[in-house]
Amino acid sequence: MSTTASAAGSTGETRAYRDYGRPLWRRVLLSREAAVIALLILVWIVGYTQVPHFAAPITLTFLLQDMAPVLLIALPMTLIIITGEIDLSVASVMGLSSALIGILTQQGWAFGAAFLVALIVGLVAGLVNGVLVTVVGLPSLAVTIGTLALYRGIAQGLLGSKAITDFPSEWTSLATGNIPGTPLPIVTVLIVVLALVFGLLLHFTPFGRGVYAIGLSADAAAFSGVRITRTKIILFALAGLVSAVAGAYYTLRFGSARGDNATGLELSVVAAVLLGGVSIFGGRGALPGVLAGALLIGAIASALRLAGITSDVINVVTGVLLVLSVVIAGLLGKLRFRRLRIVKS
Amino acid sequence: MLPTSTRSLRIAGVAVLASAALLLTGCAASTGDSGSGDGSKNYQITFLPKNLGNAYFDTSDAGGEKAIKEFKGTYAEVGPAKASPDAQVSYINTLTQKQVGAIVMSANDQKAPCDAIKQARDAGVKVVTFDSDTSADCRDLFINQATAEGIAKVQVDLITKEIGDSGEIAVLSAAANATNQNAWIDLMKKDLEANHPNVKLVDVVYGDDDDQTSFDKTAGLLQSHPNLKGIVSPTTVGIAAAARYLSTSSFKGQVKLTGLGTPNQMREYVTDGTVEEFALWNPGDLGYLAAYAAKALIDGDITGKEGDSFKAGDLGEYKVGKDGTVLLGDPFVFNKDNIGDFKF
Repeated sequence: MSTTASAAGSTGETRAYRDYGRPLWRRVLLSREAAVIALLILVWIVGYTQVPHFAAPITLTFLLQDMAPVLLIALPMTLIIITGEIDLSVASVMGLSSALIGILTQQGWAFGAAFLVALIVGLVAGLVNGVLVTVVGLPSLAVTIGTLALYRGIAQGLLGSKAITDFPSEWTSLATGNIPGTPLPIVTVLIVVLALVFGLLLHFTPFGRGVYAIGLSADAAAFSGVRITRTKIILFALAGLVSAVAGAYYTLRFGSARGDNATGLELSVVAAVLLGGVSIFGGRGALPGVLAGALLIGAIASALRLAGITSDVINVVTGVLLVLSVVIAGLLGKLRFRRLRIVKS
Repeated sequence: MLPTSTRSLRIAGVAVLASAALLLTGCAASTGDSGSGDGSKNYQITFLPKNLGNAYFDTSDAGGEKAIKEFKGTYAEVGPAKASPDAQVSYINTLTQKQVGAIVMSANDQKAPCDAIKQARDAGVKVVTFDSDTSADCRDLFINQATAEGIAKVQVDLITKEIGDSGEIAVLSAAANATNQNAWIDLMKKDLEANHPNVKLVDVVYGDDDDQTSFDKTAGLLQSHPNLKGIVSPTTVGIAAAARYLSTSSFKGQVKLTGLGTPNQMREYVTDGTVEEFALWNPGDLGYLAAYAAKALIDGDITGKEGDSFKAGDLGEYKVGKDGTVLLGDPFVFNKDNIGDFKF
């Protein structure tokens, strides 16, 4: 922002916009997203050359299968966090979707019909979050911690401790099979399509610019004509919808519908989004970084598991990485802020 | 000026992150595979418990390690931090990639790991479940800790012996609709009728596997049945709560208590004389047997079909029963003399 201010020669500028004073290639190369992508490539190279069996193409299959729900939900979550809100109920919506699909197919419904109901319920669950946050005006952290418990409670109430299994193989093979001739699971297609949709929405439409504007300053956005309430409701509804899709994928992949499916997954999603360079305070971040962040978490876990490292160590490594990324970003921001003040005085 | 210093800071940041990752994956790589077993057989056997840091599985996996050392294989243990239904899948996948000889696991879900297990078996990895089974069609073998008949019988034997084979007894169960407990209680009733005519089962109460409820129900039993001579609690929560009540009451030593418990929960009450003996299986033996079953599968001595038999070190000869199940044997009885040997 300091350079923006000096380059534009305006003196009243205090907003922390991205540094447009540099050439594009430099901005892209030095962005937080680029750092995450570079780190992902680095981890991949180290894994490829140092960790036995990591080089096998099936590593990629397993990694994408494992990370698919996180990759999917991270898309709407990125937009929500950029507006300065958060949705912690996504994993519970997955569980609800899974339980609904289980109970409906058990009642004799066709899988497709049960899936459709789960999508609608997911959408409604998201809408409820959105309305409580915007119309009622409650903080999203509080609302979605509440609905996290609520949706999970309904899911577990529906199925109890039962697990419903035996889904039709033409559906389960969609979740477990690969695109013929590649090591890529079929769900990759869904991830790519949704990533393009959300990427275009965020980075190339007025709606997307509104999302950033809300995160930077809700008041300024409102004065500029951004429809904050509508934008946020749409984002929460999308999160519910995508979570329901992820819940269906999860159910099919493991062939098991349970109310406690995907418990705790919301934290992996938030971790991927933050690691990918999105500011938890809103207004900053980009989708490529988030996708790289999710893949980075998956790649590190995969490499460590193959190297025989235990799960607690894997959690520690992921945690340290996340803290480091936030700390470094924070320090850089502080330094820049200090310089800005020097410049202004 | 400004952009330059910002840039160098950013580069420094990237470098720190990168070197951290390099360091972590670097040390990971160095502690990686130690190669396959000694001989031509792939005796790399990995235990995959429901979750790590669980004293029960620490004991069972230690039993497995002992067995694997005996036949000079390579023991390893991996597992998730939390026992969620899907958590084991990525570990099974990893072990498939590493081409271990066998996976010995206690399944968190009947169905969720099946697809991954199928892939593992397609790749030549043997899969043995113990403690908690998957669907019978997805694994090679299940090592069953005890049968319902065995569990019912040991409890009847213990309580009738302790009360001198005559008098009133009662049962403190888990929830009223608990499948396992109800099956055991039915078998116990039949055994009592047939073999212990002087012992009368006067009441069955339900503590819902809740410590406080079980505690209160124990107090209620003792008030409503003044001639009660013994209580059987076929659930670990129930027996511990009943023991806690008895140990501080005037009934201590007068009313006998037995059932299914874990040494850690019961140690105090066995030491102070509230409880003479109680039963469960020995998880160490369970892991030991599972490891030998995995070896027999790797050797090709057995395929997991009914009637196959194999030798399990010190435990002797075992036969594969219906649905690829191997039974560990009669439940294990814990008392003052042996409880010190168990840490779960």
